[in-house]
Amino acid sequence: MFYRETGQFKTSYAADQSIFPILQDKIGVLLILAIAICVVPFVADNYLLETIFVPVLVFSMAAIGLNILTGYCGQLSLGTGGFMACGAFFSYKLATAFPELNIVLVFLLAGAGTAVVGVLFGLPSLRIKGFYLAVATLAAQFFLVWMFNKFGWWTNYSASGVISAPPREIFGIVVTGSGATPVVKYLFLLFAVALLALVAKNLVRSRIGRSWMAIRDMDIAAEIIGIRPLVAKLSAFAISSFYIGVAGALWAFVYTGSVEALAFEINRSFQVLFMIILGGLGSILGSFLGAIFIVLLPIALNVGMLAIDSTISVALVSHIEFMVFGALIIFFLIVEPHGLARLWQIGKEKLRLWPFPY
Amino acid sequence: MRFKSLCLAAAGAAVLAATAIPAQAAEQYTPLLVYKSGPYAPNGIPIAHGWEDYLKLINARDGGVNGVKLVYDECDTGYNNDRGVECYERLKKPTAATFQPLSTGITYALIDRATADKIPLFTSGYGRTSASYGPVFPYVFTAPLTYWSGADIMVQYAKEQEGGSLEGKKIALVYHDSAYGKEPIATLERLAEEEGFEFHTYPVAHPGLEQKSTWLQIGRQLRPDWTFMWGWGVMNSTAVKEAAAVGYPMDKFIGIWWSGAEPDVEPAGAAAKGYKALALHLPGSDVPLLQDVLEHVYNGDEEAARENDWGDVLYNRGLLLMAMEVEAIRTAQAIHGEGKELTGEQIRDGWEALDLTSEKLAELGLADFTKPVKITCEDHEGGGQAFVQQWDGEQWSKVSDWYSPNREALRAAYKEDALAYAKEKGITPRECN
Repeated sequence: MFYRETGQFKTSYAADQSIFPILQDKIGVLLILAIAICVVPFVADNYLLETIFVPVLVFSMAAIGLNILTGYCGQLSLGTGGFMACGAFFSYKLATAFPELNIVLVFLLAGAGTAVVGVLFGLPSLRIKGFYLAVATLAAQFFLVWMFNKFGWWTNYSASGVISAPPREIFGIVVTGSGATPVVKYLFLLFAVALLALVAKNLVRSRIGRSWMAIRDMDIAAEIIGIRPLVAKLSAFAISSFYIGVAGALWAFVYTGSVEALAFEINRSFQVLFMIILGGLGSILGSFLGAIFIVLLPIALNVGMLAIDSTISVALVSHIEFMVFGALIIFFLIVEPHGLARLWQIGKEKLRLWPFPY
Repeated sequence: MRFKSLCLAAAGAAVLAATAIPAQAAEQYTPLLVYKSGPYAPNGIPIAHGWEDYLKLINARDGGVNGVKLVYDECDTGYNNDRGVECYERLKKPTAATFQPLSTGITYALIDRATADKIPLFTSGYGRTSASYGPVFPYVFTAPLTYWSGADIMVQYAKEQEGGSLEGKKIALVYHDSAYGKEPIATLERLAEEEGFEFHTYPVAHPGLEQKSTWLQIGRQLRPDWTFMWGWGVMNSTAVKEAAAVGYPMDKFIGIWWSGAEPDVEPAGAAAKGYKALALHLPGSDVPLLQDVLEHVYNGDEEAARENDWGDVLYNRGLLLMAMEVEAIRTAQAIHGEGKELTGEQIRDGWEALDLTSEKLAELGLADFTKPVKITCEDHEGGGQAFVQQWDGEQWSKVSDWYSPNREALRAAYKEDALAYAKEKGITPRECN
């Protein structure tokens, strides 16, 4: 009923090929965006903005990046943490070496630098596949984090290896470091993530995106129909790493404000991988849903339990949080192995027929 | 937002004026960032118990600080930096007395935030060493010692044991490969040059359960004269076990003050005998303050107290850290009005005027427990001292005199590092007069 497409005629190819061909979807997305821009900054308090919205947006960006590589191109990667570290440290070096450089440019350059690193570590993907590739990308993870840890140059010889984001402005408003207000951070991230998500959505619908999917579905068949694996795989590595690098830079500069290489260890890679598996492989929406699930759930469980009974010991709450979180991951994977995005798709199918299912 | 709170405040004031409710006793909010879960819980739990018990003691014995009850709220960080930030954001209020992050990583993440929120950070014996330079870090306090001073004291001790010279000796550092473990490296490198010893570093990846190859290299290949350790959590006991397994002489193995408590040596059993560590305060329960806690918090039930780690090294650490925080609140009340709830900004003034003389320490029941500390605007480290303690298989005991680090060289290094940070961040150091 709500998703009845009856009467929505497409009279041009452009209309038929739009991102959201169904009017209800279009309205829905615009509504969510409008709420995110106009309502959230006024309603949410600083705690929600700082600890939920900001990390969710940063992680969404990283998840989109990994989804391009793993979900769309089928190349399993465990190097996400290392690539995020690249973005963070590249942008730190750029921002401190050229203080007058615009911060947006710094982030884009850091992303581009990460893309180069991604291509380098993507080269083995031309020869090895599947789990073997995962192990090869693991090398990227360990090598990159080791490199940022080992050489003081990356941290401007900080005694403890921690980098601290210098304050930088856009149009006279501080957006990085702790001088930035939560609302500014949130809006800046929202703008950046929305824009790059739009680019990603269009990329995966384009010729290049289709070549990725062809490689994912069957690389030999793809090669036979004229898709060059070299170009397809390396472009996926490059673009994926660009997104992940920007996410790492945003992590260091906007979310935490200071970061050490340890923040991007192997657990971070798994975290982002779980996001796209839970959210939905090969889905931009899934990247957002996965990020929301993984960031929000533990905190919501923790705060929720303490809100119900504030006298329980925090240790017990933490332990219950671990158990429930783990159980819920298993539950969702059993109920819908294709992720939350697939759940939404099924829900949509049902809504189309409702209230007269057949 | 501001309009709404103004309206609310006005309405509240009107109601108060109309009904003249008897004023509620003032309370001071002290948020606690603890970790009672995760791989660092064995060390986090005793400290948290020390904190809680000291707050309970002040409320039960003295009725609070000048009548201001101390109330606390906890959040479990799991020694995880992201969760630490989340916990800080969850617990922070303008009236928060002080945050003690109990993690160098979390400290780094909070320095800017706490400074912007005007809430003091007390990072006693951990955190960013150069934050001891008050003009650049007005809201961070590192008393009584920093990692750089710890490294300096270790070298002094080793030098003394070697008969006055470390020329040609080999010293190895086994460290937690994080912001925490890296802190002393620069100081040890500088001292290696000055004292003429060879310096080797061995990073151990978090959480530190895998150290076989590290210790094979140390015990069989390098065979250093002294080994220093910056470890935490399960890394400590693993290191002690592995050191014993390769036959490294335990009395040449010195841990920092975070690597010298019961949970670090007990799992290693008899092998740990002879292991040394720096200490900021006496171990054991033969301290008047601990007897007070036993009487007022546990009603003399020693078994219940022991269950809560009473008398353990890290429990005593928790008591000391909270005692310093409460004294900072008391000093702040002396400046800004006794018997009132204060803001974090006002309590910061108390920290900066904190003067724990030996008489004051005796009053607190801490005579000879630790050395006097005096914080000034310029110096947030306060000139504390440390000694070396040794594990005899049963308990820790003091085996050396108190050592003062060579502060002149250190202060110059703090200042240099702090000014570099200020330059990078665009901070203008404030004037101290």
